[in-house]
Amino acid sequence: MDDLLREFVTETNESLDVVDIELVRFEQDPNNARILANIFRLVHTIKGTCGFLGLPRLETLAHAAETVMGKFRDGMPATHEAVTVILATIDRIKEILAALDRDQREPEGSDSDLIADLQRIAERAGKPEQIAIATTERTLGRPLRPGEVSLEELERAFQETPVDPRPAKAAKPVAQEAVKEEEAVKTSAQSIRVTVDTIEHLMTMVSELVLTRNQLLEIVRRHDDSEFKTPLQRLSNVTAELQEGVMKTRMQPIGSAWQKFPRIVRDLAHDLGKQIELELQGAETELDRQVLDQIKDPLTHMLRNSADHGLENAAERRAAGKAPQGHIRLSAYHEGGHIIILVSDDGRGLNTARIKAKAIAQGLVSEAEAEKLSDAQIHKFIFAAGFSTAQEVTSVSGRGVGMDVVRNNIDQIGGTIDVKSVAGQGVSFIIKIPLTLAIIAALIVEVGGSRFAIPQLSVIELVRVRKGGDQRIEWIKDTAVLRLRDKLLPLARLSSLLEIEGKDVSDGAYIVVTQVGSQTFGIVVDSVFHTEEIVVKPMSSKLRDIPMFSGNTILGDGAVIMIIDPNGVARSLGSAAATHAATAERGHTQRAEEAADDTTSLLLFRAGSSQPKAVPLSLITRLEEIDARKIELSNGRHMVQYRGQLMPLVSMTEKPVRSEGAQPLLVFSDGVRSMALVVDEIVDIVEDRLDIQVSSGNAGVIGSAVIKGQATEIVDVAHFLPLAFEDWFRRKDGTRRERQRSILLVDDSPFFRNMLLPVLQAAGYAVTAAGSAKEALKLIEEGKSFDSVVTDIDMPDMDGFELAEALRADPRSAATPVIALSSQVSPELIERGRRAGLHDYVAKFDRQGLIAALMEQAGVDAA
Amino acid sequence: MTHGTENTFNDYVTAMVGGELFGLPIGRVQDVFLPERITRVPLAPPEIAGILNLRGRIVTLLDLCQRLGLERRAPSAMAIGVERKGESYGLMIDQVGEVMSLDAADFERNPVNLDPKLAAVSTGIYRLEHRLLLVLDVDRVLDIAPRAAAA
Repeated sequence: MDDLLREFVTETNESLDVVDIELVRFEQDPNNARILANIFRLVHTIKGTCGFLGLPRLETLAHAAETVMGKFRDGMPATHEAVTVILATIDRIKEILAALDRDQREPEGSDSDLIADLQRIAERAGKPEQIAIATTERTLGRPLRPGEVSLEELERAFQETPVDPRPAKAAKPVAQEAVKEEEAVKTSAQSIRVTVDTIEHLMTMVSELVLTRNQLLEIVRRHDDSEFKTPLQRLSNVTAELQEGVMKTRMQPIGSAWQKFPRIVRDLAHDLGKQIELELQGAETELDRQVLDQIKDPLTHMLRNSADHGLENAAERRAAGKAPQGHIRLSAYHEGGHIIILVSDDGRGLNTARIKAKAIAQGLVSEAEAEKLSDAQIHKFIFAAGFSTAQEVTSVSGRGVGMDVVRNNIDQIGGTIDVKSVAGQGVSFIIKIPLTLAIIAALIVEVGGSRFAIPQLSVIELVRVRKGGDQRIEWIKDTAVLRLRDKLLPLARLSSLLEIEGKDVSDGAYIVVTQVGSQTFGIVVDSVFHTEEIVVKPMSSKLRDIPMFSGNTILGDGAVIMIIDPNGVARSLGSAAATHAATAERGHTQRAEEAADDTTSLLLFRAGSSQPKAVPLSLITRLEEIDARKIELSNGRHMVQYRGQLMPLVSMTEKPVRSEGAQPLLVFSDGVRSMALVVDEIVDIVEDRLDIQVSSGNAGVIGSAVIKGQATEIVDVAHFLPLAFEDWFRRKDGTRRERQRSILLVDDSPFFRNMLLPVLQAAGYAVTAAGSAKEALKLIEEGKSFDSVVTDIDMPDMDGFELAEALRADPRSAATPVIALSSQVSPELIERGRRAGLHDYVAKFDRQGLIAALMEQAGVDAA
Repeated sequence: MTHGTENTFNDYVTAMVGGELFGLPIGRVQDVFLPERITRVPLAPPEIAGILNLRGRIVTLLDLCQRLGLERRAPSAMAIGVERKGESYGLMIDQVGEVMSLDAADFERNPVNLDPKLAAVSTGIYRLEHRLLLVLDVDRVLDIAPRAAAA
């Protein structure tokens, strides 16, 4: 009986948690019969089991609650009062359950207060339809269905026979159906209940086993006697798998920590007189049990904060032009091996002035210093110890526990917390838990005799480089790059990043091609072992500030190794893009991607003057260094034999092409045609935001931008390419195409217009450029017609989709194929584009793809 | 940790580091172990000798000789295990000595001319018969500044 009782308590508690959530949902969505059926079923089961186990007090309460819910089902409106009373009943049931768990029997006491409330509600519902009969007669508000027992009879049945095993089998047909459905779902999910103690004990035993195994391995290593080797190898493998398996059992979805949140928010909304909507995302994200326990309280606290201080009341919100209902969003997801939890609201935002005043008052910062701080820096003071700006202590959040406690809790598990606030628009807290205790797949690599783990999540591929092999590392000054499928990949040598002795890369090395956000780079390592599921342990607090590591782990053989943080490596490559991506909020991913798009990989070089020049790396096909003696003069033009063809060389300056020594070239090619730009020296590859500040009157230069702190000329490839290609066409065809196909190119960025123009012209198209969708439509209205339209998607005022729709609507352009250029391509976007009438999607930098798409459209036209 | 003023006795685990005798309050010492298979941590502060796996826990090893600014006489062979804020540390020492029960009456404050690096981590000194014993404050020993500019 004891076991039965314990199981009942556990199960009922879980059911009640669900009822909590469902009731809150039901209150918001009273017409949803499915939710109600679910609640009804749960309460009904509880009632039935109580009767079976002989727990009269619980049974009476459950029954009274069920009666009211029956009324809901019959159409009684789910008033706030009614739901509140039912929630209070559930709380009471929980109290009784707690006592039951402790004392093995129902506690003494009376629930007549709640039962009276419940009965009153149930009766009130009956009144409008029923002529007020005697009070004892409680009705369903409809005739009984076959097989049903009247409520009165039911009531009497259990009052008279409290230990009757089945007094509550008056299941309603609707509920029964729901039960069947739910049961079908339940049986498909196979799981058993295990206590946490059991798992913890298993964990300890496995650790001991690993140790013993390691000792055995040591002994065998010392004796050459190989008799033990094979069985020990097996033991070793089994142990590793066992360890892994036990670790996995500790993982739980974060949603289990969130279960109580809808109820908390509902109660808060009621207490505070606000309208609050709670949105939960990513509840299935798995976390280690220990971590989950650690973040539960901080999250609850932040939720309360958001509701109490963050969100305004309905009147204030209306006055601010916002929807009366406040919105709190909680989301969790894995990113780059981290777990990111976001808590955001659309409230009034942090009060920067008040935080600043408080920080100065508390001596955290001097007045003069405070003036220099940005808003974001000031907001960070909320994490300082003992900091609370709430002017009055409310029952909800001002309990002397501030954000500093939250931060401490998160610190303890090796996480970080950040805040972003926009006045009038809300606050977001970004909690980042670095891999802690989570299990991840990692690639084990070796550098300078030490092993390291690289999270598999960010690894794209492995490339082996060798002397004389197809793949080799090339150097631009001190910058190492790898040519990978016609792209230049920046390389980071792990040995130099970690300041340890690595092997000489010229002897051969492995390159782990890694992606962080929008940035791709190669990590150079000495050798690569295998992929292993590792259990991530937080770095010691003394070592946590090393940006290259996100944690450490114990390998199957007992050795401790560091886990490389790809974000740290990316940052060391000097890119702002990675940080953008790493800290980006999921809700704002799009914005972050745009931001990341703003940074462009640029090749810096010198030609003619000492001032550096730059060209986007993506436009360059190859970097070559040729022997100047190989340069030939043909028809007054410099040429070089390149890959079995003659390639024209274009000089940017009046300076003559070198006649001896090495001549660096930037090779641009489209399909089979190539041309090269002659430069004096290739300086560097940088990733920077391209912000062209001064436009230039010079032909061949788009303008100047500050790159790496130096004024740099951005070279207009558009100017130079035709110089070579025109010449090229004459030599090759002699005759021109019979009719040039025309293209309308629409992009709001002059930079991209300038970059694409020559590419399209070189491919033999007549290109008209437009700076906006409006401008493009005006051209059509003016009667111009084009064979194809190539448009950017992200444009202000009118985007590419809208342009496509407008073109489709105009009979003059309805038949013109539209090709979209986009920095991001997702199935949703493609679907949306298809509906808008887009014919094709091409990534913004994919020149070959664009040409291919244009040719394809031309082919379709001709057919 | 009880440094009583009465005739009380305190127990210390003693250790030799760089030719000096040190004592650690026995309450703070978890165990004494032979550090094996140490993993060096690149970019770590110089005081951190590395990390290792001790019965499934990751222990951060502190090179006490380096931490105290002493001259290295012998390679550190042993480690004293301590805990702080739920984290395990191993203090690398040359040699572990006996556990001594010392009369609080023999306890004195650090002499003013004591090397500031030692004075910063020591609570005081015991006058033993033949030599002096410096009492280490475990928390202060573990208070090491992160490397100023890693990477």
